[in-house]
Amino acid sequence: MAVVFEKTKLLTDKTFHYCPGCNHGIIHRLVAESIEELINEGVIEEGKVIGVAPVGCSVFAYDYFNCDMYEAAHGRAPACATGAKRVVGKDTLVFTYQGDGDLASIGTAEIVHAAHRGEKIATIFVNNAIYGMTGGQMAPTTLVGQKSTTSPKGRDEAWCGAPIRVAEMLATIPGAYYIERCAVNNTANINKCKKAIKKAFKYQMEGKGFCLIEVLSACPTNWGLSAVESMKWLEENMIPYYPLGVKKDKEAE
Amino acid sequence: MAKTLMKGSEAIAEAAIRAGARYFFGYPITPQTEIPEYMSSRMFDPDVNGCFLQAESEVAAINMIYGAAGTGARVITSSSSPGISLKQEGISYCAGARLPAVILNVMRGGPGLGNIQASQGDYFQAVKGGGNGDYHLLTYAPSSVQEAVDIMMFAYDKAEQYRVPVLFIADGIIAQMMEPVEMPDMVDFKIDPEKKPWACTGWKPGDDPALRGVINSIYISTEELSEHNAVLQEDYKKIIANEQMWECYKTEGAEIIITAFGTVARIAKSAIDELEAEGIKVGLVRPITVWPFPYEAMAKAIAADSVKAVLDVELNEGQMLQDVKLAVNGTKPVDFFGHLGSQMPTTDEIVAKIKSMKEAM
Repeated sequence: MAVVFEKTKLLTDKTFHYCPGCNHGIIHRLVAESIEELINEGVIEEGKVIGVAPVGCSVFAYDYFNCDMYEAAHGRAPACATGAKRVVGKDTLVFTYQGDGDLASIGTAEIVHAAHRGEKIATIFVNNAIYGMTGGQMAPTTLVGQKSTTSPKGRDEAWCGAPIRVAEMLATIPGAYYIERCAVNNTANINKCKKAIKKAFKYQMEGKGFCLIEVLSACPTNWGLSAVESMKWLEENMIPYYPLGVKKDKEAE
Repeated sequence: MAKTLMKGSEAIAEAAIRAGARYFFGYPITPQTEIPEYMSSRMFDPDVNGCFLQAESEVAAINMIYGAAGTGARVITSSSSPGISLKQEGISYCAGARLPAVILNVMRGGPGLGNIQASQGDYFQAVKGGGNGDYHLLTYAPSSVQEAVDIMMFAYDKAEQYRVPVLFIADGIIAQMMEPVEMPDMVDFKIDPEKKPWACTGWKPGDDPALRGVINSIYISTEELSEHNAVLQEDYKKIIANEQMWECYKTEGAEIIITAFGTVARIAKSAIDELEAEGIKVGLVRPITVWPFPYEAMAKAIAADSVKAVLDVELNEGQMLQDVKLAVNGTKPVDFFGHLGSQMPTTDEIVAKIKSMKEAM
C-alpha cells in the first residue's frame, strides 16, 4: 500500500503535554517538517541539527524535536545557541524556540545581541500575549486592556506601558537578516508560516545572518476562552496590533 | 624548559589554550580584562584556530559556555567578582547539566561594586554554593602564576572525567603580577563523540535514542530529580575522595599552624621564615583545592602534639575560617587575622600576630 502521509521524523513519539487548543503543536510540526524537507532537499545534512528549548510552556520541546537539543535557562536560548553555533559552524542548523515571556522579557538582551552580532541562528518566537506556564501572568506582549492574573483589571498602559512589537524592534538592528511575523489561525496562514520558517532555516544554512519568525499563537487556557473563541480573539485583537508580514528581508531588498 | 616572565592573566589564558580551550566567551571587568584581551588575538592564531567572542553580559557569556560545552568542546570564561555573581545562574545550569568547563574568577573587593583591588571575599560563593541547588564546583585556589598554569593543564581532564565545571579563584594579585613561568606544550585535543556520548555531536533519527544529545537540567518528577541529584552526589563523592590538593610548609614540629590560601599563603610563608630565624616554629597548611576542602590533611597536621594553636589568615572577614574550624573540630584554639577592603596582610602583621598568640599561651 502506498504511504500518502507520515508524521515527520524530526518529531519524537513523545505525547505533547500542551493544553487543548494550544498552537504549540502546530508550530512544532511546522518547524520539524521544514527541517525534514530541507534535509530531503539536500540543504541540511542529516544529523546536523541542534535545537534550543526555552523556559515556558515549550520547556519540554527537547523531548519533542528529534535532534540534538538543549534546554536553556529562561531567556538565554540565543546565548546558548550562539555558543553551540560557534563550535559546530555553518554546516549545522541551530535554532531556538522561545515564547514571549522568555524572549520579550527576561531574554531581551540575549535576543537583541544575537541579532546585533548577526548570529547565524534562527529563532522561532511564539507570541501568545501571556505567560502560559506560570499560569497566565501579564507579559510585555499582553495587549492593553487584556486581563491576566497580574493585571486583573486589564493591562493599564499608563502603569505598565504598551506591548512590545518584537519583530519590528529587531528589524531595526543591522545584523538582522530576515524577520517575519506569521500566525497559525487558519490554513492559509499556517502555510505562510511554514514557508517563512523554511526560508529562515535556508538563509541560515547559506550563512546569511540572524533570522526570526514571530508566530502569533492562541492560549485558550489562560485567555479563558474556548479554542474557537481564541482564534477569533487572536484575529480581532492580536493581528491588528501585531500586523503580519515580512518586517525585513535583506535578500529581497 | 626555559622560563618566561609573564603576567599572571596572560599566562593563565595561554595555559588554557595549551590545555585545549578553543572557545572563550567573556565580558570585560577589572582586574581580569587582560584575559579576554589576550584571548581576542591569541584564539585566532593559526596554531590555535579557536574562537573569542565578547558577550553582551556575563549572563550571556556563561550561557554561551553552556551552549559551547554541550558540543563537547573545551570552553573557558573569565570574570571578576561582580561578574561572577552574574554568572551564577549559568554556573548552576552547567552543574545541573553536568557540563565540563573552566571558569576563572579573579577576585576583587566587595560586596557590590566594592573595589578593583585583590580580595578573597568570594570564598563562600565559590565553595558554599553561589547558584541554586545542591551542587559543587571543583575549585582551585592557586598561590602562584606557575601553580595556576600547572593546574590548568589538567583542569579540563578533571572537568571531563567528573563532568563538572572547574572554578579557579585567584585573588587579583595572581592575575596582575608578573612571574617567571614554565609554559607546558600544547595538548592535542579534539572532540571525541565516543568519549562524550552525552554531547550534541550530530545525532540523527534512527540512531540510538539514548545517544541523542540532550543538554538539560530539568527533571520535573520528584523521582527523576532525586535520581539525577544522586548521580551528581556520586560525582562529588569521587571528587572528594580523589582530588583534594594541599601544601604543608614547615608543619613538622610547629607550635602554631597558619591556614591560608592564594597570595596570602605566600605572605604567610615569609612570616614563617622570619619567625623561624627567631626560633619560633610555625607551619602552614594551604588548601590548593578549596572544594573539595582538605579537611583530613589539615586535621592531621593540626593534631600533632607540638601544635598549640591555629591562626587562619585571609584577605576577607574570615570565610575559609569556617572550614578550618570544621577541620580542627574544637581540638585546638583557632584565631583569625584578616583585612577587609583589599588591604593585603603584611609579613610584619602576621609576625606580630603570631608573637602575641605565643605570649598568651
